[in-house]
Amino acid sequence: MLYARLILMRLFKAVVVLFMIVIFNFFLIQMAPGDPAAILAGEAGATDQEFLRQLRERFGLDQPLYVQLWRYVSGIAMLDFGYSYRQQMPVLDLILARLPATLLLTGTAFVLSLALGILAGSMAAARVKKPSGSIIMALALIFYATPLFWVALMAVVLFSVYLDWLPAYGMYTVGAGLDGFALILDVAKHLVLPATTLALFFMAIYTRMTRASMLEASQQDYVKTARAKGLSPRVIQRRHILRNALLPIITLAGLQAGQMVGGAILTETVFAWPGIGRLMYEALMQRDYNLLLGIFFFSAALVIVFNIITDLVYRLADPRIKEGS
Amino acid sequence: MSFFARFAQNRGALIGLIILLTIILMALLAPFLYPDSPWRMVQRPFLAPMEVDGFLLGTDTMGRDVAAGIMHGAWVSLLIGLVSTTVALAIGVPLGAIAGYYGGLIDDGLMRFTEFFQTIPNFALAIVLVAIMQPSVTSIVLAIAIVSWPPVARLVRAEFMSLRHREYVEAARLVGQTNRTIILRQILPNTLSPIIVLASLMVATAILLESALSFLGLGDPNVMSWGYMIGAARTVIRQAWWLSFFPGLAILLTVLALNLVGEGLDDALNPKLSRERS
Repeated sequence: MLYARLILMRLFKAVVVLFMIVIFNFFLIQMAPGDPAAILAGEAGATDQEFLRQLRERFGLDQPLYVQLWRYVSGIAMLDFGYSYRQQMPVLDLILARLPATLLLTGTAFVLSLALGILAGSMAAARVKKPSGSIIMALALIFYATPLFWVALMAVVLFSVYLDWLPAYGMYTVGAGLDGFALILDVAKHLVLPATTLALFFMAIYTRMTRASMLEASQQDYVKTARAKGLSPRVIQRRHILRNALLPIITLAGLQAGQMVGGAILTETVFAWPGIGRLMYEALMQRDYNLLLGIFFFSAALVIVFNIITDLVYRLADPRIKEGS
Repeated sequence: MSFFARFAQNRGALIGLIILLTIILMALLAPFLYPDSPWRMVQRPFLAPMEVDGFLLGTDTMGRDVAAGIMHGAWVSLLIGLVSTTVALAIGVPLGAIAGYYGGLIDDGLMRFTEFFQTIPNFALAIVLVAIMQPSVTSIVLAIAIVSWPPVARLVRAEFMSLRHREYVEAARLVGQTNRTIILRQILPNTLSPIIVLASLMVATAILLESALSFLGLGDPNVMSWGYMIGAARTVIRQAWWLSFFPGLAILLTVLALNLVGEGLDDALNPKLSRERS
């Protein structure tokens, strides 16, 4: 099975990268100013000495460095990400509880940005010498240059404070006790602003990419043939140009996964969306480094999984790509 | 056509240049127009823009002058953008040059290393680095440089790979020039124009990154920055939207201007390529 081997290879590569991140995390803790025990406990400065001594013993911080490294790595291999002393819960449980909200937000934003970006990009490509095409590209450039957190804040001001159309904070109405369809509708309403603001930046990227890619594809010989056959420009645009132009966009979309995670940290912080991005902000505020590094590890894992998926989609979309290339 | 004539043909690039020069001027004039520290409380808090003479953009939650903050912040944003891009170039250019010039195992090793950094989510890595090193201008610059060098390395590597077998390189090898001389004197100067274009776009991205870090409270506590101003005003957004609006507008304009200038440089430095593209 071609795919089975391919997936195995990718998984192996993923494990190597994750292993390197674990080691990287370990040395980050060592690098940090102050007592590693205090850092792991999320306490900077004055703390109970007895508590710190216990911690040192528990984490083996009195052992040589390589023993500590081994303990740390083998702990994470067993999915032990340590304990968040600030939140009084294991790091893993905290992250897993918040993961679905992040997946919902980034997934929605991803689909939204891809759909609107390809639409706007192909419109701009079809109107390449017209003012309407230039307007689309100017808007794309502006969205590209806009700070994500700022656009999120401005959306709150406009759509929830002044117009009062949409809720600005959280994932559902607190204490409403909704269920079934009403609950889905409630979450959807809360999702509109975060997902749209997160999507804007990526929409701008896909718009620019789609336009460039389509303009390139329109120079190809098969497009001339199609034109010579007398096909309508619309059919050529959609069937011949767009389809071939989509391939580089899939690759690009895979590369954007990391950016999407970063964007989620900002949007979730502004909208109090209960995902891992917001959790990262909370960890940051409380100087809860153990939790912070755990989230960092998870976000990298998320990106890797997403990269593998786009890689497979790419191969499905373009059977010419052979294994190993 | 001269370099500037080609640059000026792109109307967007000219607009970008004008905006950028204005912002640089703001940064330079800040110490003269607002000699006081931007952290000083000078008026009643929550003044709306133009409400009191001399406070064009109003005051913030602590009664600090918003206009002064924006002027002083311009300096910080531009400085961090420029320095972190320079550091990123100092990491990415040598790595890319060595990988592209020597190829083989060295290339493989260096590219795996680069890929590793590209896989890690940028912003999350920057947050972790600044949080652990403690927020300061130095740690912010380092963190931004560490997350932004991989595209430089890839670009330089690709350029070196396409140039290393050119005739003038072979000729230099024949007359006995060392690898070092060939890399620095023969190939590197020929890769400068794409590097310059990329660098101008990187300054823009670095400014966005810095503002996002400061927004999350990871800014240097001693310098006034646009991201910090937005972050500090976030909780009072319902009462005073302008406290977040103007610093954000400043970031938007700066980043937009740098992108426009970057595109103009691309047109001017690579005339053939960009004509094909448009």
